Amino acid sequence: MRADRPVFVRYLMAPLFAAWVAVMVPGALHAAVEPGTAVPLVADPALEAEVLELSHKLRCLVCQNQSIAESNAPLAIDLRNQVREQLAAGKGKDDVLEYLVDRYGDFVLYEPPFKATTFLLWGGPALLLFGGAGWLAFRLRRRAREAAAEPHLTDAERARAGALLAGATPAAADQSSAEEPRS
Amino acid sequence: MKAKFLVPLALFLLLVGFLGFGLSLNPREVPSPLIDKPAPAFTLARLDQPAQTFALDEMRGQVWLLNVWASWCVACRQEHPVLVELARRGIVPIVGLNYKEVRGDGGLDARGMALDAETGLAIERARGWLRAHGDPYQLSVLDIDGRVGIDFGVYGVPETFLIDREGRIRYKHIGPVTPDNLQNVLIPKIEELKRAS
Repeated sequence: MRADRPVFVRYLMAPLFAAWVAVMVPGALHAAVEPGTAVPLVADPALEAEVLELSHKLRCLVCQNQSIAESNAPLAIDLRNQVREQLAAGKGKDDVLEYLVDRYGDFVLYEPPFKATTFLLWGGPALLLFGGAGWLAFRLRRRAREAAAEPHLTDAERARAGALLAGATPAAADQSSAEEPRS
Repeated sequence: MKAKFLVPLALFLLLVGFLGFGLSLNPREVPSPLIDKPAPAFTLARLDQPAQTFALDEMRGQVWLLNVWASWCVACRQEHPVLVELARRGIVPIVGLNYKEVRGDGGLDARGMALDAETGLAIERARGWLRAHGDPYQLSVLDIDGRVGIDFGVYGVPETFLIDREGRIRYKHIGPVTPDNLQNVLIPKIEELKRAS
């Protein structure tokens, strides 16, 4: 039984197994594909790169937290094909995005456009930042003003504080300050 | 300011209000940008007479419903009796858009199937389904590859579009139409559009 073995054996086995995988698996892969014969999976890799780039910007309407590049929902596949077809036909990237927004709305874009209804979405963080900074500055300045307006210590009080700091008992300190007239 | 201590509470309640409203929204219902826009034109083969086509313009001058359906769609079966009943009452003509009948079916592998064979299979399956469950449609058209569906912004089946006399989409219902939807939303909108002429 496994549990009967000393623990260190198990700790030893894992790296050994990992090493075995590291040695054997690439060997197996190399055996399957001869070096230098790798062919692109698609006829036009440049087009495919553009399709992929656009697909990452588009939301899959079925599985809403995936882009159509990631999703394998039938609709995502259809939309990828649409994107590919239109790019191949020579349409610009913006045209393709517009084509999909016209049909599915702004929701199809992962990055919402900046317009009146999304002003708070885009401007909100900046508003909070600058609003907070302004409020902080206002409060700090008011506090500084209030501190300036507060009465300062009289000479007697200063003397008493000095005596206390020097180690005098409160009673002695009171006496020493009482000797001086209050200003 | 005596009530200053209430400010955080007020902000908190405001936040709760927004979050509560957010919870009441259904993220699956994506508002369509096509509302009040002309319905995308299409010409597709008819299910009853595949040699003939049907074009969107043929419905001009009528208030009508375009219902997206497929025999593999479970929710369509749920809404179907409601459509059959609506058709029986003769309130509004319903045109069916049969959406990806073959290649939309997860249980079938349509890759590599010739278009003719796929169309034949689609017709057979769709007709069989209508025979079994009733046919509320004035006619159905075949959207074999789902291209017209994309033009209409379809992202799930069923969906139902209400189209006015000028051929503009006035309302989109996402998901199965329930008797409640029909009575309280669709029929009032249909009557309103019929009156406005």
